[in-house]
Amino acid sequence: MSESLTCDVVVVGAGVVGAAAALYAARAGLDAVVVDRGPVAGGTTGAGEGNLLVSDKEPGPELELALLSARLWADLAREGLGRAVEYEAKGGVVVAGTDRALAGLEKLAAEQRAAGVEAVPVPPDRLTDLEPYLTPGLAGGVHYPQDAQVMPALAAAHLLRASKARVLTGREVTGVLRGPDGAVCGVRTDRGDLHAPAVVNAAGTWGGEVAARAGVSLPVLPRRGFVLVTEPLPPRIRHKVYAADYVADVASDSAALQTSPVVEGTPAGPVLIGASRERVGFDRSLSLPALRALAAGATGLFPFLAGVRAMRTYAGFRPYLPDHLPAIGADPRAPGLFHACGHEGAGIGLATGTGHLIAQVLAGRTPDLDLGPFRPDRFTEEAE
Amino acid sequence: MRTDLAVIGAGPAGLAAALAASARGVRVALVDAATQPGGQFYRQPAAALGAGRPEALHHRWRTWERLRDGLAASAVRALTDHHVWSVERTPDGFTVHALLGPDQQEPAEVHARAVLLATGGYEQVLPFPGWTLPGVVTAGGAQAMLKGALVVPGRRAVVAGTGPLLLPVATGLAAAGVEVAALVESAAPRRLARHAPALAGKLTEGAGHAARLLRHRVPVLTRHTVVRAHGDDGLTGVTVAALDAQGRVRPGTERHLPCDTLATGHGMLPHTDLAESLGCRLDGLTVAVDPEQRTNVPGVWAAGEATGIGGAALALAEGHIAGCSAAAHLHDTAPAPEPSVVHLHDTAPAPGPSVIHLHDTAPAPGPSVVYPPGTAPAPEPSVVHPPGTAPGPEPAAHPPGTVLGPAPAALKARTRLARSAAALESAYAPPVHWPEQITDDTVICRCEEVTAGAVREALDLGAGDERTVKLLSRAGMGWCQGRMCGTAVAALAGCAPTPAKRPFARPVPLGVLARQHPQEGQS
Ligand SMILES: Cc1cc2nc3c(=O)[nH]c(=O)nc-3n(C[C@H](O)[C@H](O)[C@H](O)COP(=O)(O)OP(=O)(O)OC[C@H]3O[C@@H](n4cnc5c(N)ncnc54)[C@H](O)[C@@H]3O)c2cc1C
Ligand SMILES: Cc1cc2nc3c(=O)[nH]c(=O)nc-3n(C[C@H](O)[C@H](O)[C@H](O)COP(=O)(O)OP(=O)(O)OC[C@H]3O[C@@H](n4cnc5c(N)ncnc54)[C@H](O)[C@@H]3O)c2cc1C
Repeated sequence: MSESLTCDVVVVGAGVVGAAAALYAARAGLDAVVVDRGPVAGGTTGAGEGNLLVSDKEPGPELELALLSARLWADLAREGLGRAVEYEAKGGVVVAGTDRALAGLEKLAAEQRAAGVEAVPVPPDRLTDLEPYLTPGLAGGVHYPQDAQVMPALAAAHLLRASKARVLTGREVTGVLRGPDGAVCGVRTDRGDLHAPAVVNAAGTWGGEVAARAGVSLPVLPRRGFVLVTEPLPPRIRHKVYAADYVADVASDSAALQTSPVVEGTPAGPVLIGASRERVGFDRSLSLPALRALAAGATGLFPFLAGVRAMRTYAGFRPYLPDHLPAIGADPRAPGLFHACGHEGAGIGLATGTGHLIAQVLAGRTPDLDLGPFRPDRFTEEAE
Repeated sequence: MRTDLAVIGAGPAGLAAALAASARGVRVALVDAATQPGGQFYRQPAAALGAGRPEALHHRWRTWERLRDGLAASAVRALTDHHVWSVERTPDGFTVHALLGPDQQEPAEVHARAVLLATGGYEQVLPFPGWTLPGVVTAGGAQAMLKGALVVPGRRAVVAGTGPLLLPVATGLAAAGVEVAALVESAAPRRLARHAPALAGKLTEGAGHAARLLRHRVPVLTRHTVVRAHGDDGLTGVTVAALDAQGRVRPGTERHLPCDTLATGHGMLPHTDLAESLGCRLDGLTVAVDPEQRTNVPGVWAAGEATGIGGAALALAEGHIAGCSAAAHLHDTAPAPEPSVVHLHDTAPAPGPSVIHLHDTAPAPGPSVVYPPGTAPAPEPSVVHPPGTAPGPEPAAHPPGTVLGPAPAALKARTRLARSAAALESAYAPPVHWPEQITDDTVICRCEEVTAGAVREALDLGAGDERTVKLLSRAGMGWCQGRMCGTAVAALAGCAPTPAKRPFARPVPLGVLARQHPQEGQS
């Protein structure tokens, strides 16, 4: 059965980024249709964690996007979505085990403060005020009150609902329609065409595939991550807690396994420990070495966790681009095509800012941030 | 410990496999979570109770005695109280990671060159309003109470749901002195009749149960269903109703049956967690195997209910075949092709030349044939062919390194029983429209207390399958990891159940994982 629809913008992908794009597009007065080959939040959004972090970002375009996004998440929470998406402004605590790690952490914190981040140094003897169950003997830490948390799948679903956009699930985008002038004029799906003068590629880890269907290249690759989930516990871990070497991992270019667990409690009781980072393609098979490293890291931070059971583990594939920045904005190679993908391990956090900026571009306004660093065609030039 | 073959699960399949492999000179560890071998089927009343065994179990009892005695006489290392949480591939084989029961805090590892998954299945119960009331038990739970502890669950019981297991549960309860108010089966008797040829064996078994039901005056209501269980703090009765041809409740047919126990079950689902995380291919919800019971992962065999629900006799046959195949491959030979040397008498000694003992020169202890006569239906004449004289294959096919192939009776039984299992499965299906009876306030996921209303809200939010319903409603996130509610959630979502990903077959303490981390291990 084929159906032809017309709207202002087709958003490809019902993950958190597509949902945020739909929400802000609707607020900009655009009629959006969201299409996904699976259900809502069936991609990486349903396979990650919900850390909204500013603490792990070095000053630069990603941090600016994170700060904008953090404000927008807080606004959405205030407007009444907070409970539905399980928003918690719990703050982060980054700890350092050695004086050397602490020196690195404090240097980063100072630079972050200069960029507008709240980062409060915590001497070793005050760490247990923030986190009573932390291992003794740490060198010190930094408290980041702006770090927050949402439940990613609920966030995507409720942002979509709030957008009032039409959501077409179970429909795969098989092609991007382009007019005689080369301009994008909609998408072809396995169940009919959708006509629109604008198409947003919010296909996450599969963003490269969708780009290719529009005839342009975007080198989005998967980076696997495992998360460990414990049995439900009474609240004992108050913040997002992680070790300082995590920051180094995020920026790393190594394909090898790197682990530095973020440990966090959830409103429902289980503690989440994640996540590992490996470039192994779309290999879903269980990696006990990755899980052992996560468990060792978590029990190193919180010794009481040694006696707590991991109930399950799951893996997801972060969408990453070679320079670890997302692609956000219009694609000059295909007028009418916009990208909002490649957010790697921060797509939940960066979703609101991304959606907001895309909506500004769609509505022909000047975006709040300079989109230069996020230009979708930046890799093509390098190749030339 | 180190061994050649780790058999996981000591039910009929695992026992038959372990004995067959051991008889062929393979070092076997038989790993099971329970305190005694036997699995679901040979769950034994604790010896101390000295129970007069239920008559219905008589011939099985003999089979069990043979397996038990065979195990005792064999070189198989039976590791009970070992809860396997994962099987890891290693460069030289596999590591079976277990936790020692009952606390499941202390780890134990078995290193093996090959593994055989005989993890059985678990009972499926579909929810209905009131199903969480005390007094509502699973059919298997009721059976286990009778068999294991000889406790009678109540005084007046209704047995309801669908599937061949309801019959033995009803007769078992009746024999134990419980008044069985009704056996409520949602399948139509006509459908069973249609599959009669394939079900021949099962039907005679069923006929025995039917006679017993009659003797105990148990009313049988086919194409009926329980629409609601009643009570405040405990069960006081159930409403049953007739189903129409489409599987919908026929209005006006509801009636009330007072009872204090409802034993309910809707068939079994295979345990596939370990297979799935080993990367074994699944066929629908079951582990896919070839005629030798090999999975697609080299070194991994599977047998019994893990490969499809089919009853204890089928599990025995598959286990035997798998054990023979594993032994042959561990000896680096193909199993002797059928027809091969057969022993159906427990007393037949293992013929020297055709059995290879890898590790010592001792002949395989105990009975060389572990496909017990009682369980080999349509027994072949028990022939012992001296090596080299077997009809069919040339002597060249049986060089001195050849291992005994599986008993042809086992191969035949597997074919026949697998056919009847498939027929049973299609005959006993839960009513298609059962989700319509589920009120919004009915709890679907008991671990996380998620109601049908919350599941429907998740669907409205855009969930489309078990996984996204779980993400948006928490149904299936609790202790049982969706084993109990998965089918119901899928049905409410209107999609076919898919095997859930449960990388840990059991929850594992973080400390156990952490201590296995190389850096941690050093410090
Ligand atoms: C283990 C792990 C932990 C993480 N932790 C965090 C964290 O704490 N904080 C954080 O901010 N981020 C985290 N992330 C990253 C975050 O999950 C992702 O960046 C984010 O989910 C990406 O969202 P998305 O909407 O771009 O992609 P997705 O959620 O993957 O959505 C893309 C959608 O596009 C659909 N699609 C693809 N191709 C087509 C097509 N051709 N037609 C139709 N539909 C299509 C897919 O079905 C999918 O639903 C983590 C990731 C992992 C794996
Ligand atoms: C109520 C009820 C009545 C039945 N009545 C009949 C009947 O009348 N006739 C008939 O033919 N069949 C009957 N059956 C079915 C019969 O029990 C099964 O067909 C048979 O037990 C299957 O054998 P199996 O070896 O495959 O698995 P099981 O007997 O289920 O054995 C599996 C074993 O694996 C172990 N195991 C599983 N996972 C792990 C793990 N991760 N770590 C360690 N150990 C593990 C379990 O502890 C168990 O002991 C009945 C079943 C039930 C529940």
